[in-house]
Amino acid sequence: MPDNETITLELFRYHPETDSEPRFQSYEVPYDEDWVVLDAINWIKDYVDGSVTHRWSCRMGVCGSCGMMVNGEPKLTCAAFLKNYYPFPIKVEPLVNFPVERDLVVDMEGFMDKLQDVKPYIIRDDVNDTSQGEYRQSPAELAQYKQYSMCINCMLCYAACPVVGHEDEFLGPAALALGHRYNKDSRDQGQSERLEVMLSSEAMWGCTFVGECSVVCPKHVDPAGAIQQAKAMGAQEYFKRFVMPKGAGATKGAGA
Amino acid sequence: MSHVSSHHHDVIIIGGGGAGLRAAIAIAEENPDFSVACVSKVYPMRSHTVTAEGGAAAVIKDHDSLEDHIYDTISGADWLADQDAVEYFVNRAPKEMIQLEHWGCPWSRKPDGTVAVRPFGGMKIERTWFAADKTGFHMLHSLFQTTLKYGNIVRYDEHFATKLLLDDEGRCRGCAAIELRTGTVRAVLGKSVIICTGGAGKAFPFTTNGAIKTGDGMAMAYQAGVALKDMEFIQYHPTGLPGTGILITEASRGEGGILVNKDGHRYLQDYDLGQPLDVNDPRHPQKRAMELGPRDKLSQCFIKEKNAGRTIETKDGHVVHLDLRHLGEKKIDKRIPFVRELARSYAGIDPVHQPIPVRPVVHYVMGGIDVDSNSATNIPGLYAAGECACVSINGANRLGSNSLTELLVFGGQAGTHAARFAMDHPDYDESALVAQADDERDRIRRTYFSSPHKSGSERIAVIRKELHDSMEDGAGIYRDADSLESTCTKIAELRERYANVALDDHTNSFNTELTAALELSSLLDVAQSMAHSAMQRTESRGSHQRLDHPERNDDDFLAHSLAYHQEDGSAPRIEYRPVTITKWPPGARTYGADSGLKRE
Repeated sequence: MPDNETITLELFRYHPETDSEPRFQSYEVPYDEDWVVLDAINWIKDYVDGSVTHRWSCRMGVCGSCGMMVNGEPKLTCAAFLKNYYPFPIKVEPLVNFPVERDLVVDMEGFMDKLQDVKPYIIRDDVNDTSQGEYRQSPAELAQYKQYSMCINCMLCYAACPVVGHEDEFLGPAALALGHRYNKDSRDQGQSERLEVMLSSEAMWGCTFVGECSVVCPKHVDPAGAIQQAKAMGAQEYFKRFVMPKGAGATKGAGA
Repeated sequence: MSHVSSHHHDVIIIGGGGAGLRAAIAIAEENPDFSVACVSKVYPMRSHTVTAEGGAAAVIKDHDSLEDHIYDTISGADWLADQDAVEYFVNRAPKEMIQLEHWGCPWSRKPDGTVAVRPFGGMKIERTWFAADKTGFHMLHSLFQTTLKYGNIVRYDEHFATKLLLDDEGRCRGCAAIELRTGTVRAVLGKSVIICTGGAGKAFPFTTNGAIKTGDGMAMAYQAGVALKDMEFIQYHPTGLPGTGILITEASRGEGGILVNKDGHRYLQDYDLGQPLDVNDPRHPQKRAMELGPRDKLSQCFIKEKNAGRTIETKDGHVVHLDLRHLGEKKIDKRIPFVRELARSYAGIDPVHQPIPVRPVVHYVMGGIDVDSNSATNIPGLYAAGECACVSINGANRLGSNSLTELLVFGGQAGTHAARFAMDHPDYDESALVAQADDERDRIRRTYFSSPHKSGSERIAVIRKELHDSMEDGAGIYRDADSLESTCTKIAELRERYANVALDDHTNSFNTELTAALELSSLLDVAQSMAHSAMQRTESRGSHQRLDHPERNDDDFLAHSLAYHQEDGSAPRIEYRPVTITKWPPGARTYGADSGLKRE
């Protein structure tokens, strides 16, 4: 293709100080087949319109900052290549299911609260001193939760989830997968109190294994699978209450 | 105009990456009554620690020794590391790594359930803990998630700190910070402050560093009167993807990957890095040799190979090949899956079947905010840790996998000392601090939202690009007096032009053009300290290679450079402080067959 080829980006624009309604603004961007959508947005900001507002940092798919809707699909814009859209225009919007702060930036405070709600840290009754060395964890035990520890908090799954869209209180795919990650960790003993939070909301049961979250996940975390497993664990936990003294069923043996 | 709002805590941490979060936990655990503020320009899990891949070094295995880790670090640093600090670091490292294991970090394991280790460049024995090849990601998320346990850690996410606030006694008591969402300037006040803002790779065009690595904390401390130490030492990682600069981890060589030139020759053998073993030899890869030599030497070899016409020309410049094919799909997927993912996505190469094109890329700043072995600066109450700080344990060349451990060891240590300072010096005059923050708010408005900025003619991206080109041309892997002189001159010119930068955006909410302008200002400060420190060091040591002064000169330069900011923005004053040598006198830095523990 000729060197002066361009591609059109239609960016969602909204400024809370001046706009009552969002609008779209088109920009012609030099086409480079090595560029990702994020490169094109950065080029616009650098050389055409410094007021375009978006988040980004690592440009290698691991910091989780640059998730946006690209032609209606939740994507990491650092991993969405222009060549996959060329020569057609690319429409870029903020992630849906979140309030918009400005342009392509969404308000993620609610998301941060949900992460905290699931108690995403090791909970133990007996904490070893570091002088006792590491907790033993076999590769098989590691494999139990490894997949669920790969979440980069990019929030694409929230943009894809039909339940998140209409149930504010739903903890959502990433937070539930994170809670499940700790529940499946052989070093952890907090499953009981964590499940209590994870399963407390009615909305959790509204997740019908549509699985859109797992489809859009750029890191193959499979939050849908985690949620189904968590539900099963919750059911077991519920029945254990009738046959075991409180707490006895909740702890797992963790090697020292 | 009314005063900025003030917010009160005990210790203020600026930066929410690995070092900042480790410091926060240290303070929160040791002082449950303390309130710890963590002020970060991004949400903590976006911090650049997240991209670190290969691993974190700490002695844990029976056949390893603290002594060896110390010697590897000191010799890797070309004897510019302070040996008391290295000893503290190495001794403390295993405890910190186990602590992080207890906090849930998913370290890769051996069949018996103990943590696995892998070899890394410049290390005599395999001692690098890893979580596949997303070690930094897992460390950062484990730390961040652990902070959520503590009610006394208060986060100021997406708050861009612009100025340190000092009380009448000259003690650091907080910072002025812009809340990005609203553009409001706040005074975040405490009894002591820790800077953990990371490095400044974005002073260069081709870097593994993310957009946020703009040296803001370094610049803030520098302007407040703290020296920037050893800024001439910039680490080029030998294996970045051409075009993007995305890092291909050293772990790929630790697992047995080899580097070859356009003739398929393992060229490192031609540069005093030992003789290659066959990739199927059980002793491959050899420690402290060939592909597991230190980063500075491997990056320098690339340039020599390029000058000899033996590299491969691509549309993104010259490259050599990192060949992993002999490892096989199974091992690649198990040990370095992210390498495969990155190579496929960003280079269109599947390393199972094709060699990966790579070239050296700016990766890490060895220098930084001058701190002593307690992480303290010369300003009472001000501490720094992580890449933004220079203790120094990294000297003239950091060994791969020491920096993640450094975040833990010195993040934790800075937290402890800052908390102690806060306890000993509880009282300060709030109104003086708020007045400074008011001034800072007014300065930002005046500078960026009114003329000449409103009507200026300079664009941020243009100045930034010229800075990048000048740093790469003049202060890259090889420098000389002429190249550095022209970079220094260029930076002086850019600083003048910066005064005429125009913003398109004069609004308050989430003004990322304003933050880009502030970041560029930081980069100009930091780049100036790098170029001038490099100019004055007329020797070659580690990552600082002067074509006009090719030898190491211990008589004159076994010393840290200290660059002091000048009020008028002119060239920094450079002073020197002797390196602390305890048990390991400077020796020849050897790799290959005769490498290893050598003491005079």
